[in-house]
Amino acid sequence: MSVTLFIEQLINGLQLGTMLFLMASGLTLVFGVMGLINLAHGSFYMVGAYATALATAATGSFFTGLVAGVLVAAAVGALVELIVIRRLYHRPHLDQVLATFALILIFSEGTRWLFGSSPLWLSPPQSLTGFVTLPGGARYPLYRLVIIGVGIAVAIGLYLLISRTRLGMRIRAGESDREMIGALGVNIARLYTLVFAMGAALAGLAGAMVGALQSVQVGMGEPVLILAFVVIVIGGIGSIKGALFGAVLVGVVDTLGRVFLPALFRNFMSPSEAAGVGAALAAMLIYILMAVILAFKPKGLFAANG
Amino acid sequence: MDKLKTGIIAPPGLPAMPARWFDRKGLVQIGLLALLLLAPLAAYLLGHIYYINLASRITVIAMAAVGLNLAIGYGGMVSFGHAAYFGLGGYVAGISAYHAFDFTPFMSWPVAIPGSDSMLVIWLAAILLCGLLALAIGAISLRTTGVYFIMITLAFAQMMYYFANSWPSYGGEDGLPIYLRNTLPLVDTNQPLVFFLICFAGLLLSMAITSRLMKSRFGAALTMARLNDTRLATAGISPYPIRLMAFVISAMITGLAGALYADLNGFISPTMLSWHFSGELMVIVILGGVGRLYGPLAGAILFVMMETLLGGLTEYWKLFLGLMLLCVVLFAKHGVMGWLAGRERNE
Repeated sequence: MSVTLFIEQLINGLQLGTMLFLMASGLTLVFGVMGLINLAHGSFYMVGAYATALATAATGSFFTGLVAGVLVAAAVGALVELIVIRRLYHRPHLDQVLATFALILIFSEGTRWLFGSSPLWLSPPQSLTGFVTLPGGARYPLYRLVIIGVGIAVAIGLYLLISRTRLGMRIRAGESDREMIGALGVNIARLYTLVFAMGAALAGLAGAMVGALQSVQVGMGEPVLILAFVVIVIGGIGSIKGALFGAVLVGVVDTLGRVFLPALFRNFMSPSEAAGVGAALAAMLIYILMAVILAFKPKGLFAANG
Repeated sequence: MDKLKTGIIAPPGLPAMPARWFDRKGLVQIGLLALLLLAPLAAYLLGHIYYINLASRITVIAMAAVGLNLAIGYGGMVSFGHAAYFGLGGYVAGISAYHAFDFTPFMSWPVAIPGSDSMLVIWLAAILLCGLLALAIGAISLRTTGVYFIMITLAFAQMMYYFANSWPSYGGEDGLPIYLRNTLPLVDTNQPLVFFLICFAGLLLSMAITSRLMKSRFGAALTMARLNDTRLATAGISPYPIRLMAFVISAMITGLAGALYADLNGFISPTMLSWHFSGELMVIVILGGVGRLYGPLAGAILFVMMETLLGGLTEYWKLFLGLMLLCVVLFAKHGVMGWLAGRERNE
């Protein structure tokens, strides 16, 4: 196993991790502030990607498309919050799961109805298609590095937003005592809509950026959603710091596992067997990781509320 | 030991009166069972095999939902991963039939285990393996509560899904066909009506077990664990083993349904393990009426009929399923059984 390959895969893992962070931060904020479990978060990822693909095709500019995608995802998020989600805050988790599962069905089938089952075409902008030479000598796609950069920027932005601004203060207050900030005159309904739309916008941003790497299609948000769940369970639900840590951990472990486990098994198995066992184990790796962490810390690594 | 029976704790949810079959609720329940039994008999007499298989599908899915209902409805454990047990049951049937068909052993070391095409063997294996899996998953998941529990059960089911997807020996993501339906002594399981009756017996049995269980001391403890586990602990009963036991039994019922489902379709694939199926199973339990003995049956009839009728009209039937589900969750909390048969005493 060469060092170059290792570094390359490590960066791939980081890239997956930053994407997961964009998804997980929204999920964990919504849970932390409103106590809501939102399965439909993956739908905003899809909406962001579709809006970006359509807007990019219409305007010819990826960056215009990206802005449009994020705005559309935020708008759809706000709308969904106003129509459906706000009726669910005081409901048991079972109701929240079912209602947001219903939203997934509506979004997925609605999108399939409008745009068909075949994927839309979206590619990274011309200016970002080049390669960068890494310290080890490997050439790495610039666009993937840009994704990591955006993820880090968002993480810093979120940190500043939450720790330094008035809105952030309200979000933190909302996490620790919902009734009290309502009593102190904060417009809770508006705060909730805002937080939810922000989460949707982050998911849309992730979907748009990954959509340019993979494909923009119905159901693209679901695998990411479930990984994001694993991330926030590992990190501790409600904790942004936990989401960041968990996302990077899951991204790196998953990516490295898929590459290096089959190679590891090739040392004492036939190549075809090693590929099968390695792939199967690699697919389970992050779930095993989650189980081990939960066995010791049932509330995750950075549990927000005690 | 007999504190529960002597009524120091009066657990809500246990019927104080003997159940009557002739009141509104009783009539609806008898009606649902009769409908499920008579429709395929009529179809048999008219020679419509398709409808017999449709009834088998309803029955098997209802049985899987009966299992989930024990966890969600009676135990208050919102498992979002019951597809894991349904799929495992299915894979037991499929893999066993595959080795029996090929005359290859399933395992030759450390002990030789041949494949088998006997349903009795398969059912036993499915129940045992699902119980073991649920014991492991439950032991970890039940240390947590609320949203954590939902997500962890989901994540474990996904683990099974990805494992089945990437394990190449049994078809991977393409799945595995069951060329010959597994057999039972004395009867011909290839007859659709016979197979339906087997499934129907399974459904009745699982409902009887649930009912019997919930009337027992164990059921009283489980109800209390759902409503107030501190109070249960104060009565000297630890909630954790009670919940774990209920979770395991719930998984066993769903797993047995999975084994039947595999034989019904003659095919297994990772789809049986997918989180969509976990979600749909939950939808069936909720549509029918959560925590009610006949709720899963009502939900399964409604779900499969919608799938068949709407699915025949439009490719996008799940859009309408989603809209309906949203309305049920937001506005009609008691499900079909609440609407047909009136609310339960403790609601």
